[in-house]
Amino acid sequence: MIKRYLFILRKAGYSGAYGQEMLDIILTTAAFDQSVSILLLDESVFQLKKYQCPEKSGMKDIAAIFSSLEIYDVKDIYIERESLYERGLSADDLCLPVQVLARKEITELIQQFDIVFSG
Amino acid sequence: MIYAIQVNSSPHHCNAGQTAYHFIKAALSQGHEIFRVFFYHDGIYHAFNYSTPPDDEQQLTSLWSDLAQHHNIDLVVCISAAQRRGLLHTDEASRQGKQDNDLAAGFRISGLGQLIEATLVTDRLIVFG
Repeated sequence: MIKRYLFILRKAGYSGAYGQEMLDIILTTAAFDQSVSILLLDESVFQLKKYQCPEKSGMKDIAAIFSSLEIYDVKDIYIERESLYERGLSADDLCLPVQVLARKEITELIQQFDIVFSG
Repeated sequence: MIYAIQVNSSPHHCNAGQTAYHFIKAALSQGHEIFRVFFYHDGIYHAFNYSTPPDDEQQLTSLWSDLAQHHNIDLVVCISAAQRRGLLHTDEASRQGKQDNDLAAGFRISGLGQLIEATLVTDRLIVFG
């Protein structure tokens, strides 16, 4: 059985274990051969910011894990345009190609999924 | 309806765990089925055997244990989230060369696959916290 999963991330990376633990669920779901998509809202847009140097603070590189998601067939990564703009960012500041959606399109996106993990 | 429940917050951080508990009681009383409760992120703090709040405060860990016992509810604690926060069952502790038995009655430790399995076989996943 295959269900469509959407993981909505809302917090910046490196804020405790949260970012790593959300990626762990995402990777486990992909390992179950399910359809996995990710939506980045609010502070979570910083998780894909270019030029992160987490090793300087002894942290694991979250952006590198995002970059490896394609190997697990996780190809649909959505990001909200307003969340980027409100933080002075644009798609050019990100380390991965992602699909940029307007805030008014988010509800319609969420409705396409069977299971929504939000955090 | 068959539900999977996920609890992500610790008992003393906010009321998400308490709300989950009351939701489960209400769902059971109306004839619904709870397939599994999965404790993730700081939700694993619900499973600490030695949490000892003052006597005049709610003993949420004991309430979960009673729920598991009386309604045969599967309470699963994520192993990676638990180990990260120092909650070790006897088996895992001995594997790690440590001495510990932190898991309260009625809970069991397993992997994230148990959460994904729960979402596949139930009608709804409800996430608290």
